[in-house]
Amino acid sequence: MEKHCTDSRVKGVSTGVSKPAPEYVSSKTINKVIQVHDRIFCCMAGSLADAQAVIKSAKFHLSFHSVQMESPPQVIAAASVLKDLCYKNKDELQAGFLTAGWDKKNGPQVYVVSLGGMLISQQVTIGGSGSTYIYGYVDAKYKPNMTKEECLQFATNALALAMGRDNVSGGVAHLVVITEKGVEHVVVPGDKLPKFHDE
Amino acid sequence: MSSIGTGYDLSASTFSPDGRVFQVEYAMKAVENSSTAIGIRCKDGVVFGVEKLVLSKLYEEGSNKRIFNIDRHIGMAVAGLLADARSLAEVAREESSNFRSNYGHDIPLKHLSDRVAMYVHAYTLYSAVRPFGCSFILGSYDKDDGPQLYMVDPSGISYGYWGCAIGKAKQAAKTEIEKLQMKDMTCRELVKEVAKIIYIVHDEVKDKAFELELSWVGEVTNGRHELVPKDVREEAEKYAKDSLEEEDDSDEDNM
Repeated sequence: MEKHCTDSRVKGVSTGVSKPAPEYVSSKTINKVIQVHDRIFCCMAGSLADAQAVIKSAKFHLSFHSVQMESPPQVIAAASVLKDLCYKNKDELQAGFLTAGWDKKNGPQVYVVSLGGMLISQQVTIGGSGSTYIYGYVDAKYKPNMTKEECLQFATNALALAMGRDNVSGGVAHLVVITEKGVEHVVVPGDKLPKFHDE
Repeated sequence: MSSIGTGYDLSASTFSPDGRVFQVEYAMKAVENSSTAIGIRCKDGVVFGVEKLVLSKLYEEGSNKRIFNIDRHIGMAVAGLLADARSLAEVAREESSNFRSNYGHDIPLKHLSDRVAMYVHAYTLYSAVRPFGCSFILGSYDKDDGPQLYMVDPSGISYGYWGCAIGKAKQAAKTEIEKLQMKDMTCRELVKEVAKIIYIVHDEVKDKAFELELSWVGEVTNGRHELVPKDVREEAEKYAKDSLEEEDDSDEDNM
């Protein structure tokens, strides 16, 4: 899931990866938050094999674009590159992305590239199998212009709630805070997540 | 500076013994035969002025435009072979459109200028094609990056400028442009100066009538490149004509 705070972006992702029926979790510790440029990160969703392949291509493309432009890419550019790959290969791929980052022109931004290649901009967005359990929480608790700390707490809580209810989500929570100054990684193991009264 | 390049000037794929590619130089001569176009960058935008020579009484006003819109925020003023210029305007339009399709935002002018310059340069490498016989000036305005002005010539180089001129009176126009303090001027002030410069460099003896084509892009147009509105153009032309009369009068007094 991703959040837009006043001056930074917080992305959070839980690390379970599963295969469809019969249900089987192939890994509890995958990192699905990938850096595609200095201030731009992507959360992968869908088939991780497809997502990894798309990100590999997008990362190269963005790096080349950034050298040609002689400046870091805009977040919309990163999202558009991913969108083109997803849209043009929609018949073969099953991959979606949450792209977030900071650029000089428009500050912090969040974009969603869905499975078929739709690209939209949002203030806060959630995805993945566990996201169904936290729509209510996010809708109720999100407010615009939160501080970095409030944002981190909100993201951690949301992830904890999702991981608590979804049987194929869990493991470790990865959070990334992106600001003009730099990037901060926060990793919270499952047992250190906030506890809610359902457990 | 003209010299005969006998034998070494038949194709663009040949260097002369003194290291020149004559075909490219001849292409630049084609630009020098065309009437003048100028572009000036100011504090809050870019203004283009083109001296469009009227060759016939049957000529329809406003046709044969020499200023093109490349994208909403980019304009292009040309000098040289108009057919070559039109095809390059189309190339520039495709580049801008593809960039927006791939990256989701407006193309930065420097990048567009580099890309079109590379395209022009490609035509200076082979004997099977001839170089483009036109130079052009690209201008844009963006609220974060401000106004930008680039010029591309038939050799395929592109430079950024505060003011530049192409075509037959480019030297005279450059002299006039250098007198201006464009960094402190706004578009509205600059439009009048651009009109004045075109009127100054126009040769009444050799070329008879001309039509002034003026366009601008800047804060005054909210970042959109447009032909200057009729009232602004008329005011600018009036200023230009009045300034010329004053100079004529002062010449007479001196005599």
